[in-house]
Amino acid sequence: MPSRASFRWVGDRAILRELSGDLVGANRAARVLRAELAELAAGEVEDLIPGARSVLVLLREGTEASGELLEMLAGEHLGAASSERSGRLHEIPLAYGGADGEDLKEVARLHGLSEKAVVLAHSAVVYEVGFIGFSPGFPYLFGLPATLATPRLATPRTRVPAGSIAIGGEWTGIYPRATPGGWRLIGRTDVVLFDPRCDPPALLAPGDQVRFLSR
Amino acid sequence: MSVRVLRPGMLTTVQDLGRPGLGALGVPPSGAMDGFALRLANRLVGNEDGAAGLELTLLGPEILFEADCAIALAGAHFDAQLAGRPLPHAEAVQVRGGETLALGRALDGLRGYLAFSGGITVEAVLGSRSTFLPAGFGGFAGRALRAGDMLSLARGKEPDALRRLRPGALAGPASPAVVRVVIGPQSEAFSAAGHATFLASSYSVSSRSDRMGVRLEGAPIERVAAADLPPEGLAPGAIQVPGDGQPIILGADRPTTGGYTKIATVISVDLSLVAQARPGDALRFAAVDVAEARRFWREREELLASALEPLDR
Repeated sequence: MPSRASFRWVGDRAILRELSGDLVGANRAARVLRAELAELAAGEVEDLIPGARSVLVLLREGTEASGELLEMLAGEHLGAASSERSGRLHEIPLAYGGADGEDLKEVARLHGLSEKAVVLAHSAVVYEVGFIGFSPGFPYLFGLPATLATPRLATPRTRVPAGSIAIGGEWTGIYPRATPGGWRLIGRTDVVLFDPRCDPPALLAPGDQVRFLSR
Repeated sequence: MSVRVLRPGMLTTVQDLGRPGLGALGVPPSGAMDGFALRLANRLVGNEDGAAGLELTLLGPEILFEADCAIALAGAHFDAQLAGRPLPHAEAVQVRGGETLALGRALDGLRGYLAFSGGITVEAVLGSRSTFLPAGFGGFAGRALRAGDMLSLARGKEPDALRRLRPGALAGPASPAVVRVVIGPQSEAFSAAGHATFLASSYSVSSRSDRMGVRLEGAPIERVAAADLPPEGLAPGAIQVPGDGQPIILGADRPTTGGYTKIATVISVDLSLVAQARPGDALRFAAVDVAEARRFWREREELLASALEPLDR
């Protein structure tokens, strides 16, 4: 069986490559590997789906993985030499708390902080987009202060309002549209994160930086 | 050339073979849940495999044809009447302008695929005509069909392109019964007892299933590690097991990434069985390896290539 340092098959047409190291380093290594795999332009590859610390290679139906592809997936891929912050900076205006962030009070209570302290800490950071996942345009943002890391809700909401800024574990993110969701809602923005008729359709890209501006 | 929806059915959407390749934007592939059945329906009317058709769910629509065209129904068998005559299954039929196709309940399976010669020409969004209901884009106005909707069709091929499925050529199981899987990617997160439960139990398809995931109810699968992972890309047919131990088979509208451990992944050929499983149906799982799964795929493709014959003329 493949070791942790290698890749593993997921069904008969997908291969998962996980990267080792701390989360930020592994995420950057995964981004570099994904870019290298895209550059290989292997005809058998249908999609390269980035994860927090992994890349999932989806093969076209009925194709075989080439030796070149498997060799690249089996390589070392250390994050050390990967690109540092290089993306665009986006400023996201939002309203924190109250009806716009129903869980702000509870997040503050869990951490023994005032709501104002949570807002100050959350808006003081320049975040980095680790990957877009879950639903169209949903950014997983790195950089949440450890003092704000909060477990997901035990029972997810059936409907999170569009534009909600939320905390899920050590991540913060933005719900581009109304979906079910288990993250803690602390604020809301009017910024449109995903429009299928725009090019590119997603506002944010991996490596981009995000700052929240409290209204 | 167009058709008018007189009655929409339970959940009828425009689908093609999806918009693959956009996982990095968080955009799922969508497309037909039973892609094989849509391909078959398209081939019967002389279309490319990826032409857009209708995915019908449990209760089909009633459609008025405003011009002549050819149609074919594949996937689940439906009670179907074209201008008062029974519509054959998996066989191209010429329709005249002014005729009405009335589709009733599915007689077996869950999803039928109705192909029109030329294909439905709704505007492509992000490279596909598939409907992605949760975000409301693609297909017809990003939603399921309603009474009064008009669907435009492209011009089809000549009538000698029409085909029927040779009787008995693709005989599948009447009910899904056994779904084959490749174990993993997180097999180590489950105990030996959990694996034994997964492979030995019968699971019932929940009524809360949809195109994102087929939810199963049955013996909880025991784990040895937490249910949560750093989010990672999700493959079609991945079987995630949340904390409650009840498996969910991910479908065409699945989230692109997710953080639940996955015990196994349904093999490509058996995604059709999952797509056709109705609420209340019983499913069992059987493990195969990647090489076998790929052989099953090739065998079915060979079967499909030789399974169609011209209509008697």
